[in-house]
Amino acid sequence: MAYFSQQLINAITLGAIYGLIAIGYTMVYGIIGMINFAHGEIFMIGAFISLVCFMLCALLGIGSAPVAIILVLVVAMAFTAVYGWAIERLAYRPLRGSFRLAPLISAIGVSIALQNYVQLTQGARPKPGGDIVSGGYNLFSADGFDVRVTWLQIIIVVVTVALMAGFTWLIAHTPLGRQQRACEQDMKMAALCGVDINRTISLTFVMGAALAAVAGMLFLMYYGVIDFFIGFLAGIKAFTAAVLGGIGSLPGAMLGGLLIGIIEVFWAGYFSSEYKDVAVFGILVLVLIFRPTGLLGQPEIEKV
Amino acid sequence: MTGARVRSMLKDAGLTVFVAAALGVFIVGFRTIDVGSTKGLSFDYQFVDLVVALVVIFFGRLGLSLAAEGSRWPAAALGTGMIAAGLSPLTLPSTFLHWFLGLGGVLIVIRTIWLWAADATTSARQFQFGARLGRVGTRSLGALLLAIAVVLPLTPFADQKTMDLAVLILTYVMLGWGLNIVVGLAGLLDLGYVAFYAVGAYSYALFSTQFGLGFWIVLPIAGMMAATFGLLLGFPVLRLRGDYLAIVTLGFGEIIRLIILNWFDLTNGPAGIGSIPGPTLFGAVFAETAPPGQRTFAEMMGVPFNGDQRLVFLYYIVLALALVTNLFTQRMRRLPIGRAWEALREDEIACRALGINPTNIKLTAFAVGAMFAGFAGSFFAAKQRFISPESFVFIESAIILAIVVLGGMGSQIGVVLASVLLIGLPEWFRGLGSYRMLAFGLAMVLIMVFRPRGLIARREPSVRLHPVVARGES
Repeated sequence: MAYFSQQLINAITLGAIYGLIAIGYTMVYGIIGMINFAHGEIFMIGAFISLVCFMLCALLGIGSAPVAIILVLVVAMAFTAVYGWAIERLAYRPLRGSFRLAPLISAIGVSIALQNYVQLTQGARPKPGGDIVSGGYNLFSADGFDVRVTWLQIIIVVVTVALMAGFTWLIAHTPLGRQQRACEQDMKMAALCGVDINRTISLTFVMGAALAAVAGMLFLMYYGVIDFFIGFLAGIKAFTAAVLGGIGSLPGAMLGGLLIGIIEVFWAGYFSSEYKDVAVFGILVLVLIFRPTGLLGQPEIEKV
Repeated sequence: MTGARVRSMLKDAGLTVFVAAALGVFIVGFRTIDVGSTKGLSFDYQFVDLVVALVVIFFGRLGLSLAAEGSRWPAAALGTGMIAAGLSPLTLPSTFLHWFLGLGGVLIVIRTIWLWAADATTSARQFQFGARLGRVGTRSLGALLLAIAVVLPLTPFADQKTMDLAVLILTYVMLGWGLNIVVGLAGLLDLGYVAFYAVGAYSYALFSTQFGLGFWIVLPIAGMMAATFGLLLGFPVLRLRGDYLAIVTLGFGEIIRLIILNWFDLTNGPAGIGSIPGPTLFGAVFAETAPPGQRTFAEMMGVPFNGDQRLVFLYYIVLALALVTNLFTQRMRRLPIGRAWEALREDEIACRALGINPTNIKLTAFAVGAMFAGFAGSFFAAKQRFISPESFVFIESAIILAIVVLGGMGSQIGVVLASVLLIGLPEWFRGLGSYRMLAFGLAMVLIMVFRPRGLIARREPSVRLHPVVARGES
């Protein structure tokens, strides 16, 4: 029981990070119908920018953890968002209206280029992030096993929940969110009604990248070590989460992220940690075969 | 050119630099380096590099907008200037910046020449002779390349390095042609193609080391194993739409790699399988001394032993395998099944309305493509004599896909050109070294943006109900 509770706490933390990345996939897919394969790399860049910022904070003598975290959060979100914007502008926008697989192939190119860009500029070795927040709280003890939730895990869940709530509000109640939903439903009609489509799509990428940056920062704090290759696996798992929840649906992405976190942690905890990635890929395949619309997605009607 | 236009161009270039600075400041400007395990990381500041790169970006953007505006001479001059500066002994902080500057110049010059070239080809097509020349050129290019490929080992250029590279390029040509069936003809984006390559390689490695079977016996078995995997994996997923299929195939590719990595008893895990025997010619081995009961090629032919003999033999094997792949594809395109592949690529719903079963047709394309990957895989194992899961990572799939896409999906000759470009050039330019994959990724994006149909852009169906008359192929 104690072991189970501990695994559940770890799973929710991991699921929160996946959920944040998954939102980027699901929003982009919802609005322009493409899989932004480079999104995992944006997450990786976010983690690296956070690493540099944390080190700068230490260099400038900002000792208090909350101040440093908020500072890094804002800077990482802002600068990673530029990456999201630039990628859309350079690699995807010229391809709008090209054949269906063109943006996906372009995205694979972006992904390879970004990985090697970071490898060249930052080196291939894993980077230790140091521990910014340590300590925790013992929930209860059972069977001689302490069930513990660390402050960091609490921070991760709180930040994620706050951002997701803010984000859902943004989509539901602001003019920008309304424009996004309009583009999602019918881009041509939205354009006729005076919605600036290019701006809306750009902002979608910017928001997705900003959330991926948060995920990158939390990942850095949680695992304490990053390298240029983390984006690939995390990206695929987050994509799986988006598909599992129903691609195009925001609550679906959060739910999917949570489920993927649970599956991965419990598989590693109870079966074998070597095959935990196989389990996640297996889930992806099974979901796509048996329920391609995901748990909360709407079926897509293909028109001639 | 008016002052207002110049000003807007400068403003545009300035904005580009601003964005580039935001992109680069943390990732390029602060290089994190290890300083021993106790102290963690420290910074290595690279601001000079960053500033130089930003200046290059400013002029690069300016040159591109000049070319786009149609001011060809200033753009060409700027591009040539940048190339000259890149090649000059001027000391920039790193060699990379020289490359960056030079290649930026090349890009601008290409962009400028493009305008002229487009004009020239359009006007050439106006005349009968020009149009016919274009057709003959495309047709004879294949024969010319084939002739070069056949006589290459006999020419004086064929030293060990060249032959090694030629074998490598031909392996990728074969893989490209195999994947072309799946991606180019049937229009299914397969991101896990390397899995079938791995199945072929491990089939040969295991059959030869465990049961002592020879290359020529295992080759068809390996192809069949890979095709079976193609069927097994394809069957559940081929109902999915384009990009979902791509991600699922990627997932399968990774699953197979992870299984190879972790199934220690069968595959020896990350350590790989070594001492795989090479292929034989009528029972003769290519080595200095033959194992008991066999003889060497040198003894059989009565010529002195030479290490290059093995390489030349491998070269001809892979050339033959590649040509078989090509011939097979060309013949398949004339059969109903090949026509169905192309029809399916063009319009799936129409196909279904005509009574074609999309899943079965896709499955055959998938299995045939997988079979050729299996052949290539067992050749790879026989050539390397050592295989490990390292060789079958996602990036390999991406490279093969890039070859197909760059060549122009569905074009056979395009795959050859793209393999020479993508595999050959980086090997020659060892100076680029680790920048190879960076350039590779960027090239994929640039091709998609500027020439989404690839180098040889021919996506004409093999057969048409009403032939189109001389509409100027493009």
